[in-house]
Formats: sequence, C-alpha cells, structure tokens
Amino acid sequence: MSAAPQVSPAETGGSWTAWLRSKITGLVPAGQALPDRQPAYVASWIYVFGVLTLAALVVVIGSGLALAVGGSAWWHTSSLGHFVNSMHLWSVELFFAVMVIHLWGKFWMAAWRGKRGLTWMTGVVAFVASIGTAFTGYLSQSNFDSQWISAEAKDGINSIGVGAWFNVLNPGQMLLWHVVLLPLVVGVIAVWHVVLVRRHGVVPPLDAGPPERSGG
Amino acid sequence: MATITRPPRQHRGARPVADSHDFPTRRYDLVKEFVIALAVMALLTTVLAAVFSSPDENAITMRSWAAADPDDVVATATGELAGTTTSATYGAPYNHASEGQTLLGIPLQKWGGARIPVDSQDLVLQPLAGVSGDPAVTKALAAWKGASATQQAAWSAAYADALAKAGGDPAKVANGDFGPVPGMTAEFLALARSGGLEGTLTASGNFYGGDQTRSVLLLSDGAYLEDRAVAQQLGGDQWGMMNETGNYPGQPWMWLYTFWYQVKPFSTSANADAQVWGLMMVLTLGLLFLPFIPGLRSIPRWVPVHRLIWRDYYRSHPRE
Repeated sequence: MSAAPQVSPAETGGSWTAWLRSKITGLVPAGQALPDRQPAYVASWIYVFGVLTLAALVVVIGSGLALAVGGSAWWHTSSLGHFVNSMHLWSVELFFAVMVIHLWGKFWMAAWRGKRGLTWMTGVVAFVASIGTAFTGYLSQSNFDSQWISAEAKDGINSIGVGAWFNVLNPGQMLLWHVVLLPLVVGVIAVWHVVLVRRHGVVPPLDAGPPERSGG
Repeated sequence: MATITRPPRQHRGARPVADSHDFPTRRYDLVKEFVIALAVMALLTTVLAAVFSSPDENAITMRSWAAADPDDVVATATGELAGTTTSATYGAPYNHASEGQTLLGIPLQKWGGARIPVDSQDLVLQPLAGVSGDPAVTKALAAWKGASATQQAAWSAAYADALAKAGGDPAKVANGDFGPVPGMTAEFLALARSGGLEGTLTASGNFYGGDQTRSVLLLSDGAYLEDRAVAQQLGGDQWGMMNETGNYPGQPWMWLYTFWYQVKPFSTSANADAQVWGLMMVLTLGLLFLPFIPGLRSIPRWVPVHRLIWRDYYRSHPRE
C-alpha cells in the first residue's frame, strides 16, 4: 500500500490550500491513520508499551496542567496541590519506565528496517527531550532538591560553555523551559513519531518472507 | 545505452524488508487499546501518588543556614571577600578567574564567555550596603572601600587563616590585623539570622527575583548545602545527580550520565564534567544513528530476542 500521490503547487492550479491538503493527506496511506486491522504478526505484549508511553504522557501533561492552574508554589502549601504534584512525579516515573521498555523492544525488533530510520531517530530525540523536560522539572520544584540538583548540574552545563543560555540556577528560566519549550518539543516529536509509525506500518519480523497476500 | 536499476541497499545477510501493509491482517482496536492504556496509567499513577506521595524538603534559607551553621556563614563570607571560594575562582560564565574545563584540550567553558558576571565580594558587600542606621556597618564598609585591593586581600586572607586555626569559631580567633573583615562578616551573619539576607541577591534587586544564580552560588560556596546533601546520600560521588531526598526513585533514566562520575578516569579528572558531557553526546549520537552503524545495527539479528517477540509468526513461518 502506498501513500496518496503528492502534487506540486503548480498541479493544484497554484492553490496553496490544495497543495497543503495533499501534503497532509499524503502523510499516511489511505485508511492507515486509524486502522481497525493490523498485520497478523503484531501479536506480542511488547507492542503495548508504545501506546502505554503515549497514555502516560497524557497523564503527565494532565497533571502538569493541573499544577499550572495552582501556580509554581501551590503544591508547597496545599494538600491537594501536593497530591497533584505526586501524580505528576509518578506519571513521569511510569512514562520513562514504559518508554524505556518500548525503546528496548524496538531495538530487539531492529524496528528501523524498511525505511524506518527516521521513526527510530524521532523516538530517540523524544527520549532525550523527555530527559531534559524531567530535569528542568526537578529544577523547578523550589525546594531543597532544586537547590542541590542545580548547584551540582551547573558544573556540567557550564563545562561545555552553554551555562549562560541554559542557566540551571535561574528557576524562572528553568520553569519556562519545563512548561513551554521542552513540552512543545516532546509533543511535536511524539506526533511526528506516531505519524511515521502509521505511515510505514509496524515493521515486519526479521527475515520475513514475501507477504502471502491472503487477506485478513 | 541500457539503464541499470540499482536495488535498494541492504546490509549483508539481510532480506529486503517487505511492505507491512501487504501482510495478512487481523482485527486490532487501536482506540480501545489507548483508552484502556490511559485508564491503567491514570489508575497506577493515582495509586502510587496516594501511597508514596512525593518528597518536598524545604529549601535552605539564608536564615536557616545561619541558624544551623553560623560559622560556615562567616567562613563563606570571608572567602567571598578574599576571593577564594568556588564561585570566586570559577571562570566562565561568572568571571575570568580561571580557564575552566576543557574537552580534548578545547576550552569550551572559556569560549562560552563570562556572560553572567558575578563578583564574589559583591555577594557580601551588596547586602551590607543595604543596611541602614547601623554606624558600625557604615564604618566597616567605608574602611573596606578605602583600602587598596592588596590590603583587602591581606585582611581577608589573614582572617580566613585565623578562622581555620580557631576551628571556624569567630569567638576563638586570636588577635590579628584583619581590618574591618571580622566586623563585616559578623554583620553579614546577623543580617542572615534576621532574615534580611533573603532575596537581596536575586536578580540585582529586582522586586520579582526569579533568578537565584547569586543566591545559590553563595549557598554552594559554603559547606552546609553539601553537608546536608551528603547526609542524604546525594553527593556527586553518591549518584547524587539522579537521586532526590527520601526513598524516591529520582531520575533513574540519568543512571548512565551519573555512572561515569563514579569511575576513573572521570572520578579523578579536573575536567570530569566536560569529559562526561562529551562522552554522553557521543553515546547519544550513537543511539540516534544506530540504524546506520554497521555491526551495532545487526545485534538484534545475532541475539534472537526477536524469536520470542514474533514466536507465533516464526512458528507458522519456519525459516528457510
């Protein structure tokens, strides 16, 4: 199954709208954005960890939004705020746990095969960006952990010459990176990653022979 | 001229990868799977949050520092005046006092420039200058400012030595030529004890002091912050970067970054931070470009974990 044909602006009579529509609809083969069938070889618990990662990300974002409503110091003074903070913490722990299992699963599947190199790479970038997002969260807690982690981390960041632009001792800057810039990166990369998965489909087993085309 | 069509490049021993959309299919409800996954994650999160909560140990304030370890406050203030503290001798991005760390001889830290200027003496002088109605403070500051840099250094260095000999206790310091330094550091301690030091170093007097750079630098120039951290197994040589207070998992995903600090040559290197960062960048790039690295990309083929993942498929499709 191939993606919808791509057209140039000239072929759409100069219409930018028609060109953009064709680009968007061509990202994923027809019927593959939300298919109700999968290749028969998609039959293992390891496949669950991709969607678990997405689900955990939703809980992370949801609990983070709730914290944002109360403000940066809310969780220090309110039992409800502290509970929401606890949910944020544990959802992040779960997020990383299932994401790492997902990553290892894809490694052992050699899931980059069949022009899926970019899918792997966007996954790795999402993983690294998530580490940065979580790290800035620890710096934004405005408690002893923030003081100590920032005092330790400054030496690493400064040693490579970027400490003036990414100042871990500046909680105002770190909070904005944590709630705006890095989540934006993680979100965009995650969407891109999922689109690529739907575009190329789930990688076939290693050394799988030609498909039998026997239908589903 | 005949046209030669080159087949797609595959690494040795690999079959071309078939189009996944051409394989036989089975029913699979993605939306149902996601909704169940979301419910499971939300429930697990709620249970973990309810049972284990989350750590929130109060930040150290200047007042609590002065109450818990007054000698450390005096020693730190003296060190700032003498220019001997960690921040005073740091280099970029705070000052030009040292070359900073290098990576394979490349002075990345120095190249970053001193873009967040921090004068260590100002960490003490600025709060003291804000004290009004205290003739002793005014007189001490006037004496300090009226002295040459050489004299200032001699006074503060002599007082630092005397404090060390007295076990850190200012009350036990023998007489000496310390100029206004004992008076200034004592006033600094009194200011910290009164709570008057809170916020005085944030963002250069801005009412909305979101930038705590100078406050944290002052605090970490003392021994109290690190002593508290080490007591909770958070030291740099105790996997501290990835841990947090209490019995919580912290950031286990940073285990590899933290690991390098525990082993030689990094644990004994003066350039450990730059070296660990350089190494982690290389390893991250290796992970990123793994699909294109011969050998590494073939590991999944050599180690048959995939036989377990796709056991149903291989059972019905024995290898040729």
